[in-house]
Amino acid sequence: MGYQLEKQTADEIFNCLKQDYDIFAPKLFAGEGCFSDTDVIRYGKVESLDEICWSRRSDYSFKEAFLPVNEVLFYFTEDSTSVPACRKKPALIFLWSCDLHALRRLDAIYLTNGPEDFYYKRLRENARFVLMGCEETCDTGFCVSMGTNCTEDYDLYLKVEGDSVLADLKTGEFQKYFDGKDCREQEVIPDHVTENREKVTLPRNLSTETFSDSVWESYGSRCIGCGRCNFVCPTCTCFTMQDIIYRDNENTGERRRVWASCQVDGYTDIAGGNSFRKNQGERMRFKVMHKIYDFEKRFGFPMCVGCGRCDAVCPEYISYVNIINRLAKEEA
Amino acid sequence: MKNEYIPFSSQVKEIIPHTDIEYTFRMSFPEAGRVKPGQFFEVSIPKYGEAPISVSGIGEDYVDLTIRRVGRVTNKIFQHYVGNTLLMRGPYGNGFDIENFKGKEIVVVAGGTGLSPVKGIVDYFAGRPEEAVSVTLIAGFKSPQDILFRKDFEQWEKRIHVIRTVDSASEGYEGLTGMVTKYIPDLPIADPDNTVFITVGPPVMIKFTIMEILKRGIKEGNIWISHERKMCCGLGKCGHCKMNDTYVCLDGPVFNYAESRDLID
Repeated sequence: MGYQLEKQTADEIFNCLKQDYDIFAPKLFAGEGCFSDTDVIRYGKVESLDEICWSRRSDYSFKEAFLPVNEVLFYFTEDSTSVPACRKKPALIFLWSCDLHALRRLDAIYLTNGPEDFYYKRLRENARFVLMGCEETCDTGFCVSMGTNCTEDYDLYLKVEGDSVLADLKTGEFQKYFDGKDCREQEVIPDHVTENREKVTLPRNLSTETFSDSVWESYGSRCIGCGRCNFVCPTCTCFTMQDIIYRDNENTGERRRVWASCQVDGYTDIAGGNSFRKNQGERMRFKVMHKIYDFEKRFGFPMCVGCGRCDAVCPEYISYVNIINRLAKEEA
Repeated sequence: MKNEYIPFSSQVKEIIPHTDIEYTFRMSFPEAGRVKPGQFFEVSIPKYGEAPISVSGIGEDYVDLTIRRVGRVTNKIFQHYVGNTLLMRGPYGNGFDIENFKGKEIVVVAGGTGLSPVKGIVDYFAGRPEEAVSVTLIAGFKSPQDILFRKDFEQWEKRIHVIRTVDSASEGYEGLTGMVTKYIPDLPIADPDNTVFITVGPPVMIKFTIMEILKRGIKEGNIWISHERKMCCGLGKCGHCKMNDTYVCLDGPVFNYAESRDLID
């Protein structure tokens, strides 16, 4: 069901939603970027529609609002364990089409690869997704190439245009917030881009031979293994288990899982001193092949959604887009 | 729904020391009947974290975990086990399927603690040698001090063909010396097509062992390996054990070589 409504009415609806949901959306943090005098856009709890950064892609993905960077799996005392409660209010998360496609990738790993993940499932069941449209392409994204530029899998679509707001309700859950309000029914089709500046051709004949391609060697010295590309990626899911002891009572503590990066030292270390992929070039190969080949082989669709955040964040200006296009070119 | 991350507490029933740094912990596990050799448990002590440990023996109501004191978690296990419990979750992984080896000439090639995951197979066929055409165990250790499962070797030697070697030893050592690969070329093999090899150990050992095995005219599909990787979750989520499109914790750790030869770390 689509509606056109006044901004003021939308604000009233937003305030009602706030009572029932914790609302997360990309926000502009002026001057808080990595370098001096730079801004950063990342997720945070928002109190009004005006706080939301609609038009510039966030530097960090919705994953930050959806999945905890450090997640407590259980607390332990000397002889018992207890599982922390889930968030009280459901989360309402604003995101773009590419990120909503990324959610399907997270689902594949957490819900279908091996047994269902208890913690992911309860967060997932307790989250709703509000699509934000893209009127124009972002700088580094290539969603059109990846087929992630439009989606219908949202719960709610919102677009603020001056004093007018467009809304589309995909699920009945939000109907009650619009009922009785001054809304005009109309068909609403979410904005989406049909062309990006970056274009990617996915190599279609990759094989295990690609693993030994010379492409990877050049990244051995360029990549510094900081792992930023993994942490901004909306589809990366790796984590490491970690135990923490509380300082005031050493017999109590918690077991957590913490986001991990396949580019950072220690990722493959096994007890006794062996480790795999010591060279950054091998790690780059591992990541890229996962995003465009391995994952698809296992789940039937590519992992990468083409959001372009990894290219924007890399301190060494390594272009993942270039890597893929190079592989495609070699193939041709 | 089941929360797979919550461990259960298991009583240490018995400790069997092998070397200064390698003990077998016999852990109570009432459902031991459903455990297969080659599978693993995530073993932990709160405060210090979890480590994947493969099953080295399966009893009626217990599983043996042979633990080598090499890391943060295993260090603590050695310090804290006395009369105590360990936390465990599992079993995870596919494990070895005994049926693949029945009626065959079986050769097990194991290096160091790599013997743990295949010990169940050796135990099975040493107990029922009539279920195989022949059974050979080639086990390699770094030095005589590093030899594991000495008592088991005494039993096995009575029933199957055992080649126990050490990489190097001081003068006067009466046992065999040299790498495990040294003993593959001269193995008596009656029918290569009916011979299966199982090899577990450090990655380098597996690599050279397979080269030797192939020289003997054994088909790739007749070779089985078990991979050791960093399995943080054991549930296909954490990503650390992934190779190509394969998750060692779910699809392995036991692999047929023909199907896994192209797996690249």
